[in-house]
Formats: sequence, C-alpha cells, structure tokens
Amino acid sequence: MIFWIITILTLITAAQLMRAASLSRKISNKKEEDISDSSNNWNAFGLALFAIGMLGSVVYMMFKYGNGMLPEAASEHGQQIDFLFNLNWIIVLAVFFLVNGALFFFAVKYRGKEGQKAYYFAHDNRLEMIWTVIPASALAVIIILGLRTWNDITSAPSDSTKVVELFGEQFSWTARYSGEDNKLGYADYKLINGSNPLGVVTPESIVLGIAEMDKTIDKLYARLQSDSAGTVMFSVAKVHEMNSRMEKFMRIKERIIKMQHHYTAEKLVVANDDFYTKSELHLVIGQEYQFIFRSKDVLHSAYFPHFRAQMNVVPGQRTKFKFKPIITTKDMRISRDNPDFNYVLLCNKICGESHSNMKMIVVVETQEEFDVWKKENTKKAIAQK
Amino acid sequence: MSANAQAHHKESFITKYIFSQDHKMIGKQFLITAIFMAIVGVFLSVLFRVQLGWPGESNSFLNMFLGDTWAPEGIMHRGMYLGLVTIHGTIMVFFVLTGGLSGTFSNLLIPMQIGARDMASGFLNMLSYWMFLLSSVLMVYSLFLETGPANAGWTIYPPLSVFQEAISGSGMGMNVWLISMTIFIASSLIGSLNYIVTVLNLRTKGMKMTRMPLTIWAFFVTAIIGVLSFPVLVSAVVLMLMDRLMGTSFYISDVIVGGEMMEQSGGSPILYEHLFWFLGHPEVYIILLPALGLTSEIVSTNARKPIFGYRAMIGSILAIAFLSFIVWGHHMFITGMNPFLGGVFVFTTLLIAIPSAVKVFNYITTLWKGNLRFTPAMLFSIGLVSSFITGGITGVILADSALDIQVHDTMFVVAHFHVVMGMSAILGMFAGVYHWFPKMYGRMMNTKLGFIHFWVTLVSAYGVFLPMHFVGIGGAPRRYYDYSVYESFDGEQFEMIMDLNVIISIFAIVGAIGQILFLYNFFYSIKNGQKAEQNPWKSNTLEWTTPVEHIHGNWPGDLPTVHRWPYDYSKPGADEDFIMQNVPLKDGEEEH
Repeated sequence: MIFWIITILTLITAAQLMRAASLSRKISNKKEEDISDSSNNWNAFGLALFAIGMLGSVVYMMFKYGNGMLPEAASEHGQQIDFLFNLNWIIVLAVFFLVNGALFFFAVKYRGKEGQKAYYFAHDNRLEMIWTVIPASALAVIIILGLRTWNDITSAPSDSTKVVELFGEQFSWTARYSGEDNKLGYADYKLINGSNPLGVVTPESIVLGIAEMDKTIDKLYARLQSDSAGTVMFSVAKVHEMNSRMEKFMRIKERIIKMQHHYTAEKLVVANDDFYTKSELHLVIGQEYQFIFRSKDVLHSAYFPHFRAQMNVVPGQRTKFKFKPIITTKDMRISRDNPDFNYVLLCNKICGESHSNMKMIVVVETQEEFDVWKKENTKKAIAQK
Repeated sequence: MSANAQAHHKESFITKYIFSQDHKMIGKQFLITAIFMAIVGVFLSVLFRVQLGWPGESNSFLNMFLGDTWAPEGIMHRGMYLGLVTIHGTIMVFFVLTGGLSGTFSNLLIPMQIGARDMASGFLNMLSYWMFLLSSVLMVYSLFLETGPANAGWTIYPPLSVFQEAISGSGMGMNVWLISMTIFIASSLIGSLNYIVTVLNLRTKGMKMTRMPLTIWAFFVTAIIGVLSFPVLVSAVVLMLMDRLMGTSFYISDVIVGGEMMEQSGGSPILYEHLFWFLGHPEVYIILLPALGLTSEIVSTNARKPIFGYRAMIGSILAIAFLSFIVWGHHMFITGMNPFLGGVFVFTTLLIAIPSAVKVFNYITTLWKGNLRFTPAMLFSIGLVSSFITGGITGVILADSALDIQVHDTMFVVAHFHVVMGMSAILGMFAGVYHWFPKMYGRMMNTKLGFIHFWVTLVSAYGVFLPMHFVGIGGAPRRYYDYSVYESFDGEQFEMIMDLNVIISIFAIVGAIGQILFLYNFFYSIKNGQKAEQNPWKSNTLEWTTPVEHIHGNWPGDLPTVHRWPYDYSKPGADEDFIMQNVPLKDGEEEH
C-alpha cells in the first residue's frame, strides 16, 4: 500500500517540478546548463554530508556486524585465514577511507565559484610513478602472504588424517566414513539404487547393479511389447523415447559387467568397514580430516563457514579439502552464549529449487562421544554378509 | 558522404525513425531499448528483494505481479525466485550495461568525436540494433513461459542448466535464453567490428590516435575485448546445446538426474566454467571501460581542467584490457582446480588492481585545483569514482584465493559486483545520458530534478550494497530463497541477517521508485525540454561542433580538421577556459 502511495507521489512530484520548470523558463533567462555558485554550494554541502554519513555508517556496521556474525574460526587453518583477513582489511580499509576521503574533500574544496580559475595540470610522471609503485608494493605483500596461506591450505594432508566422503545430491548430504582401514570403498554412480544409495562397489553390489539394470530393461521391453501388441497405446514419440532409454540401459549394463573385470575382489574389501549417515556429520576434536566430495547430479558446494572451508562438489570428478576442527561444539556454545548453536555444512552452489534447504549439522566432539554416536546413528555402507 | 549526396536522400518516417542507418538514431534506439530493459531488470529485483526482506509473509504485491502460479497466496515460488535472479542478472549485465552503455555511446559518439560522417557500415550498424531488440524481446518473453524462465543463475552452469529434470527453467526457459543470447552476441560482435573499423579508418585530418578523446579510446579497446571474448561464450553455448539436445558429454559425466541415470561419461562442468568465464571476466571490463571513458570526458569538461595523465589513462585502459584476459580463474578458485593454477590467477588478478588504481588517482587529481561545475552528470561521475574505489577494495579481498574460500558464492561477492557494475557502471551511464542528452535530442534535461535523482540514487545504492557486504562476510550464501536454515543452527546470526536484509530491501525499493524521477525527466525533456544551444557545456570535443538539429553526415560542409588534443581547458594564455579541438594553434602556442 505504502509502496503505491510513494510511487504515485514521486510521479506527481516529478511532473509538477517539470511543469514548474518549463513555466519559469518562459519568464526568466536561466538556462539548465547555468550552474550558479549557490547550486554548487548546496551540492558540495551534500557531498560533504554524504561522505561523513557513508564513511561513518561503514564504521558503525563494522562494529555492529563485523565480528558478531561469525564466531572465531573453529579450524586450524581457519585461524590462519582470519589473520590474513584482518591484515587485508586493515590495508584495504585504510585505502577506502583515505581515497574516498580525498575524492570528496577535493570535490567540496574546489567547487565551482564565479571568477575561480582551474589549474592547467596535465601530467606529472613522478606522481604517476609514486601511485603506481606504492599500490604495487602493497599488493606484492598481499600476494605473497595470500599465496603462502593458500599453499598451506592446499598442501597434502598429514599421515594421521582421516578420510571422509561427502556425497551431495539434490537436496541432501550423506557422510561416508572410511572406517578402520582409512580407505574409502570405491563408488560408481552406475551402481546406485534403492539398496545401494551411495553406489559403493563390492562384488555383491556389482551383481545387484546388473540385476537392477536387467529389471529396468525388462520392464521397458515389456511395455514396448504391449504397445506392439496394442494392449497399451503410446505415441510414436514415446515409443522412440522408451526404445532409446532401453538401449541406453543395455549399454550401461555392459559397462557394469566390465566392472567385474576391472575390480578384483581383493581390491574391493576396502569398502567393508565404511559406514555412513545422512543425519549429522560428527567430527573428532583435534583430528585432521581429508574430505572427498562427490555429486550425484549437479554442481553443489560444500561450505563450512565456521571452519573457513569450501569446495565445489563436481559431478564426474572427486574434489578434496582438508581441515582440523579445534573447538568442540560444547565449547563453542559456551563462547557464543547460545546453547542451541551448531556448526553447519551448507550447499553453496545453486543446485535447484531447494538449494537453500540443503544443510547438514556438523558436531565436533571427543573421540568417546563420537564412538557413542557412531553406534546409534550410522549404518554400514554395504550390506552385512 | 558529401553535402550534395545528403540533399538527395529523401526520408520517410520508416527510414528516419525505424530502419535508420544513421549512427545517431541507432544510438538513441539502443538507449531507449536499454531503458525499457532496465525498468524490467530493476522491477525483477524489487520482486526478489520483497521476498528476501519479508520471507514467508504473504504479500499481495507479489501475487499481483506473479499470479497464482508463481506466488500462490502471495508466497513466492522457489523456482521463480531463482528465475527472477537469473533473468535480472542476465538483463542487467548484457542488455543494460553492455547493449545500453556500449551500444548507445559508442554509436552516438564515435563518428562525431573522431570527425567522421557515420560508422563504416551503416547497414551493419542497423542490423546490430535490430538483433539487440529481438534478443531483448525474447529474453523478456521467457519470463512468461509456462515452465518458467531459465533459473540456474545468470551463469547457467551445467548440469543444472542442461536437464529440465534438475530444475524446471532448464527446459523451454533455457532454450529461449540460449537463442536470445546467441542473437545478442551476434549483435554485439557486429557492433564491435563496426566501432573498430571506424576508429581505425575514418578519423578526420589531424585526429591522431593520441588526440582522440578518452571516450573513444575506451570504446575502441572495449570493442576489441568484445570481439576476442564473446565468441568463446558462443562456443560454450554451442557445446551446451549439443549436451541438451544430442546427449553429448562435454559437460556431463556420471549423473543421475530426476531419478534417471544418464550414460554420459568423461565430460566436466568445469570445462563450461572455463569457457564461460573466459568471456565472463573480460565482459565486466566491457561494461566498465566505457563508463570510465565517459567519466574522463565529463570530469575534465566540468572541472575546466585537462584530464590528468592522458597517456597514463590510455596505458591503463590497454593494461586492463590485456590483463582482463588472464584473470578468469579467480571465479573458479574453489572448483578443485590445481592450486598452482589458482596461485597464478591470484597474481594476475591483483596486478589488474594497479592500472585501476592509477585511473582512480588520475580522476581525483583532475578534481584537485579545478573549478568544479556540479551538473547532474558531474555528480554522477563523482559517484562513479567513489563506488569504483569501494568495489575495487573488495575486489582485492576476493582476488586472494585463501580468503575467497570463505566468501566465494556468498552475498559478499554479490555486494562486490553490484558496487562496481550496479553502481559504477550505471552511475556512468546516467552521467552519460545527462551530459549528452542535448546532443541526442537537441534539448536539455531538467537540472534540479537531475540533482534530486542523483542524491536519491547514490544514497539508496550505497544503502543497498554496503550492508550486503556484512551479510556475506557472515557466511550467507547467494541465490538463497530465504535464510530460514539459520534458525536451526545459529538464531543470533539469523536475526542479524534478517535485520540487514530488511534494510537492504527498503533501500532497494526506495531507489527503484526514485528512478521515476529520471524516467519522467528523460521522456518529458525530449519534447518539452529547454532547447539546447550547440555547445552548452563549453566542451572541446568535436561532437559539439555539429549542428543541434541532426543531419546525415554530421557536418553541413567539410569535415573539421583537428589541431590539438581534447583537453585544453583553462590553458594559460587562452582567452576562454576551453579551446575546441578544431581551433588552430595560435602563433607561438605549443601543443600539449
């Protein structure tokens, strides 16, 4: 309602101003391009007020929201990132305030006045050199520090790292832990079905995959037969589509059969101790984790804001990111003064309509608490023999 | 084309206003079309800002404009939210800031400022406009499709954009988007070729490259960037069409979408990202450089001083253009690319900050000891410099890959690119319209209304985008329909995000309504504005030597001869505080 009132009022204001202007033009000699000293003074006053207001509001927001929104970094490398952030902010904010300040200061100071002359100052190589070299030096510092941190973050994980897979799909996450052997079982999308939601590869799951594919092929074949017999009626386009799909599944089935030659039974035992959960991701305090990301369908992104961690989840390849959590959920709740606080894994790459609902709560706890949780809340990734 | 040839050319309404080959008319056509697209783009943003400011609240405003399909009970449909942000981004980046900035001002100013009769090919120029109009109509049409417009983000990454089963807008919506964009790119390429050829071949006597106004340098280099980068987006689109229609596996590998197992294997969405951003990054400089060029002209004219560091400005334009081709990976730091490659892109991206900083310092030095005339155009140009500083700063943060881990795909990125594009480039466009309106329409816009428009716009725009940085630093992702997930893990942060979102939305709505002041001023002044004289701003460049009433061939007699650079303002020893480019040197006068 208010929206419409303001809109109509604005329209009327504009119209009246324009009509008043065109009427007053008939009387006076003033031209639109003649800018009087008083007009310049008013605008200069506005610029000064605006500069103070704008820069002041940035300071205000820095204090109100700067540190309050996210707690301190809860991972080891995250503390490095926060340090780098603060350093960068000091440098860039100094530039922001000084350069914006200079802009508005000169704009106000040199506002046009009757009789004032401008200074014909066309170039000065020394000045250009100064303000090329100084930013370049500041940027060199930023680059070097930034790349050092980046190299640390992207370096190989330590020997004691634990491997965990995060499987993203529209619209949920599944965490698969690699178990005692710290090796993740192989996984292939062609084996994904109701009994094997992660597509873990074992001798039995390959057989199951072939059987499922056969079922699908047979169903399609039966429907196509019915259509030929006239017991059901499909359109010509639909028949072509069903045929294509049936042939596609036949080709996929061949690829699954080939997997039996590719994977020997000895190789596949690594999957035996994998366990998974869809409910929450539990991590042990002080333990470094190497996360391996896999997608079922489209691009997702695994974003752990509290741990300063993010990595795209790309269908068709595996991506990785490592971090070590250093503050338990319990401790963070105390320091946040919020007993309901939790760490979280959010999806951060547009992935469909429920993109903003694709989260997984992350809990950091002691090894003992983890073992208790694991018993009740996780399942073996492959069916028990 | 001589004056005699012009006398024989009989014009009908159709050849004068509709199918014109005159660069001045084509420039105006681009502008009017871009204004309509901007109205659509801004309106879409008001719709989704209502959703973000007041999520879950039944809103009759939404139901009025989105109907029962897309806002049943006044609650916005999730898929339509994503469609609105997608089409908003597409329209603003391509149709308003590329077509509307380059298309309008390159067409209007290149021939007149270099002393040419018209563009090298008037026919291709006309074709470029009509393709622009066609692509605009198609893009707006896609909003009304039954399955909705394309809604995988303006970057339309696959596989989301390839499969209708993944999101509904990837069906017909994507088809229309792809067709519209292909026609748009063709239009842009034809225009760019025209601009390059005209600048190289049709400069008048005495118009050396180093006597060209910085506007021309900016448009010329922008056109070169366009010609080299847009075709790569075409290739990305062609591969995507093949994946969509022929089951190829350029971008698709090992996926199950909508319950259907796809057989493609071996491809990668990252290939698309490389191809897209190879255009995508130069594209933002295609948007920015013309705005910066316009600012150089407007600031020096209204400061009554030469632009400081003319050669450094040219060098910076060339450096930015070159570097813009080797920074695209900074959009992809967290795709899992080789970290070494990431490091290279950090280096090149921070390098590009240097010529940008040089330009900012040069603008500020131009103001120093000037005699500043605050016309609406001058105020908008000052606003451009301010927002370019702000946006450049946050760019330095984003360029650092280690920091990007934390802020990639958050509202911090959205704030950054809106400050440089939604503020700097748009403010530059406004400045250009106010400044060259007398040249386009032979009339003046109302100055007082211009001032009010400036202040409402500057305050609202900063009011929208400054708080948005904080939302992003807090970790809030972009393209989120709402932030209700936060309630489940951090109620305090949820409250802060909601508070900031309300402030942002209010400023956005006020800013949007405020543009009515501009629209009314613009359209009313075309017919009823004060009649303009030939050189109202007392500017030096050649377009102000053409008659107020447009004629084909721009000058009634011979083409002007150029004797000096365009920045002799307040030159010591001169009678007036400006000397136009076609004025010969006095005895004993040195050329700058």
